[in-house]
Amino acid sequence: MSVAEKVKEIIVDQLGVDAAEVLPEAKFVDDLGADSLDLTELIMAMEEEFGVEISDEDAQTIQKVQDAISFIEKKKGE
Amino acid sequence: MSTALITGGSRGIGAAVAKRLATDGFDVVLTYVSKPEAAAAVVEEIVAAGGKARALALDTGDSAAVTAFFAEHIKDADLHVLVNNAGITRDGLIVRMKDEDFAAVIRVNLIGAFACLREAAKIMMKRRAGRIINITSVVGQSGNAGQANYAAAKAGLIGLTKSAALELGPRNVTVNAVAPGFVETDMTAVLPDAVKASFADRIPLKRACAAGEIAAAVSYLASDDAAYVTGQVLGINGGMYM
Repeated sequence: MSVAEKVKEIIVDQLGVDAAEVLPEAKFVDDLGADSLDLTELIMAMEEEFGVEISDEDAQTIQKVQDAISFIEKKKGE
Repeated sequence: MSTALITGGSRGIGAAVAKRLATDGFDVVLTYVSKPEAAAAVVEEIVAAGGKARALALDTGDSAAVTAFFAEHIKDADLHVLVNNAGITRDGLIVRMKDEDFAAVIRVNLIGAFACLREAAKIMMKRRAGRIINITSVVGQSGNAGQANYAAAKAGLIGLTKSAALELGPRNVTVNAVAPGFVETDMTAVLPDAVKASFADRIPLKRACAAGEIAAAVSYLASDDAAYVTGQVLGINGGMYM
């Protein structure tokens, strides 16, 4: 499973949204109905799944689905 | 059955809470630091009565140890209840109190409770259910001469309780504090008789509290009946502080 697929799976699981809604440009708060607790859980789930650490500053920059995918791909590439 | 974790469960209030929650049907995990035999005796008593329990060593004042403990023993245990009970005292008047005495009590009683709460919260948020019960103290509400460190830590627990209740409420995790008054335990047995007598004088019900009476309050907060109770400080103190 690619990073993008795995990230989408985590988003579906954490936010309880339909997979079809998880488009690259979808915003977590505005489009997918996430609140701050949801976002925190999402970040923690990604940290756990990919074995990376996501600082609070980095987490602030992750606002769309593609942000999350790009961030993890970059982290894994390092 | 879901699990209840009680820190400092080998004696006193913690042991009473462990026995009570086992009777209520929880699989009990209790931690101890200095008294493995006492902890084993509590487990034995619970098992003999038909309950489930195990005792594990954990210094809650060691944050890294707490994280490792949860990863190793609690993560897959269907944790429903955390009772932050572990605590120490280093009594003394402020003008004679050393930084180390103040810091040690804060480290175990407040930071230790925070570390356990944080790890438990991660599990309970995912479960979309959980009960966190912090054992504070009447002295955290009223202050107490000779216990500036203990009172500060216990007052801190109340702020922690209310903040955690706000953060975790949306995930159906309740966080409450139980504030015992004067309870007969090893911790209070060392007090001079004159001090004990002066406590009794200040208690409208004119007697000390039994550890089981604290356990009953914890049992309530862990039960389905208390599903709508969160962010509260339940005083079990015979009326000594209102």
